[in-house]
Amino acid sequence: MIATLPPGVPDLRARPSWRSKKSRLMTLLMAAAVVAVAIPLVAVLYSVIEHGAAIVFRAFPDFFTKEIPVVSRRAGPGMGPAILGTLLVTGTATLIAVPLGVLGAVFLHEYGGHGAFARVVRFMATVMTGVPSIVMGLFVYLTWTLHFGYSAFGGALALACLMLPVVIGSTEQMLRLVPAHMREAAYALGATKSRTILTVVLPAALPGIVSGSLLAVARAAGETAPLLFAVGAATAYNPHLFTEANTALSVQIFGNATSTAFVAAHDRAWGAALTLVMLTFLLTLTARVFTARFALKK
Amino acid sequence: MIDLRGKVQHADTAFRWIALAAAATVLVVLGLIAFTMTDRSLPVLERMGLRFFTSSRWSAPEGEFGAAAFIFGTLYTATIAVVIAVPVSLGVALFITQAAPPWLKKPMVYMIDLLAVVPSVVFGLWGAFVLSQHFGLGRSFLTAGIILAIMIIPIITSLAREVIETTPNTDKEAALALGATRWEMIRAAVLPHSKGGIVGAVMLGLGRAMGETIAAALVIGSALGQISANPFKPGNSMPAVIANEWGEADELHKSALIALAVTLFVITIVVNLAATAIVQRSMRRSRGG
Repeated sequence: MIATLPPGVPDLRARPSWRSKKSRLMTLLMAAAVVAVAIPLVAVLYSVIEHGAAIVFRAFPDFFTKEIPVVSRRAGPGMGPAILGTLLVTGTATLIAVPLGVLGAVFLHEYGGHGAFARVVRFMATVMTGVPSIVMGLFVYLTWTLHFGYSAFGGALALACLMLPVVIGSTEQMLRLVPAHMREAAYALGATKSRTILTVVLPAALPGIVSGSLLAVARAAGETAPLLFAVGAATAYNPHLFTEANTALSVQIFGNATSTAFVAAHDRAWGAALTLVMLTFLLTLTARVFTARFALKK
Repeated sequence: MIDLRGKVQHADTAFRWIALAAAATVLVVLGLIAFTMTDRSLPVLERMGLRFFTSSRWSAPEGEFGAAAFIFGTLYTATIAVVIAVPVSLGVALFITQAAPPWLKKPMVYMIDLLAVVPSVVFGLWGAFVLSQHFGLGRSFLTAGIILAIMIIPIITSLAREVIETTPNTDKEAALALGATRWEMIRAAVLPHSKGGIVGAVMLGLGRAMGETIAAALVIGSALGQISANPFKPGNSMPAVIANEWGEADELHKSALIALAVTLFVITIVVNLAATAIVQRSMRRSRGG
């Protein structure tokens, strides 16, 4: 308390100088940045839930099961084919990209090391992560769709190309965390290299690989641009992987938001958005649980 | 005794080759992309020559394809996005690493991750129906820039956070011991240490913003041939043009769109490679190598 100082004694305690004020101001600005990020996140989620829940749950569970109205201005539910399409395309992409990516990472980390080939592949994988998704879509259109027509499989190819470098990257990081003594123990027991990798290294890294792959899947499930070129458009269920045009949630959101001025179509876009957001959040959450529960720690 | 060695060895070599083949798919895919796309874009490049990059007259019926306005739009929106995203991302990264109470760190990291998971088309939908209509922004360069900024904030933030966290405690404590305030400590110890990594993170964000298609296509306004520095004007960007025009395109028009994709591909790759090089160099230096 300043009042209790004896008379004649100078007050040497630091008063808030401009330096500490500046520091506090900057801290406040940093906190403001956090708020600035939270606002759009909350706003987007709020809009998606506000507009989406109205249509999704008014006609529950019709929205998830009924077919999409052929005439887009007609009100009413129906995203069933898009949900099936998203699951089909993303699932197939996962089946292509994850085994390839994991094997590729195994080569890079267990065999290639610092060799020239491994370094080139690693470099090119970095390049591939930067390829815009629309370029990937056009590429698949030119090499696949042009010859075999629209199908869910074309979309899966495009998404697999996008996922591959991500899976390679995350898997290689996980393999790096497997302690060398585990490999050495397996070799000491007489196991061959491939056996060591398959029965010791990969199982140890599995949770990390799963969560890394799930994050890649979640990103891929939300991709739109590559699907526009490869999957085509459909309003009815199409469970076939290789034949006939298909559709997906992301494509439906884009289509319903751009092509028409009808409220019913916009409603469906919001409903599809809510469904897609729930799907991607679910995948991410599962990935988090895997990381938290089972993954190797650094 | 049965001799199993031969068989085992075969299996071992086979596995090695399978893994090698899997790794090689990366090279195959990239090679195919480069080859097919360039091959397909030749018709329009032969017709237009360098005017493809310098003219901003884009008219499919006349067979005129000048992409200058779209290249400008891509660079312009990406720049707006970076200008908005960088201070915000840096602020968040610094707050999480230097200022936030420990219990708040994890929720904030989760929040950033959550932002990264929201599909781009959902941001586009929100931008088209909420941001552009209720905030008087319309569909314009600025709206696209804001949406792209929201989308690249998670990347820049998480990379910047990783780099910042490698700042040695001794550096920070030395600054504090000399009487530095928190902000002075950040400027004297944290920022100089993480400068390279932050620059790299920003460039990765820039690359992502340029390649982002759907969100931009929904909010940029699809104006033809506009080169205007006015951020409130509608414009167009390379990926948005490809997504919007592909459906009605004839052969030459498709070739022009593919040429756009090749241009976009080259620009993003140059930016990404530069970013990766910078990040890796600064990471290596910060590990003392």
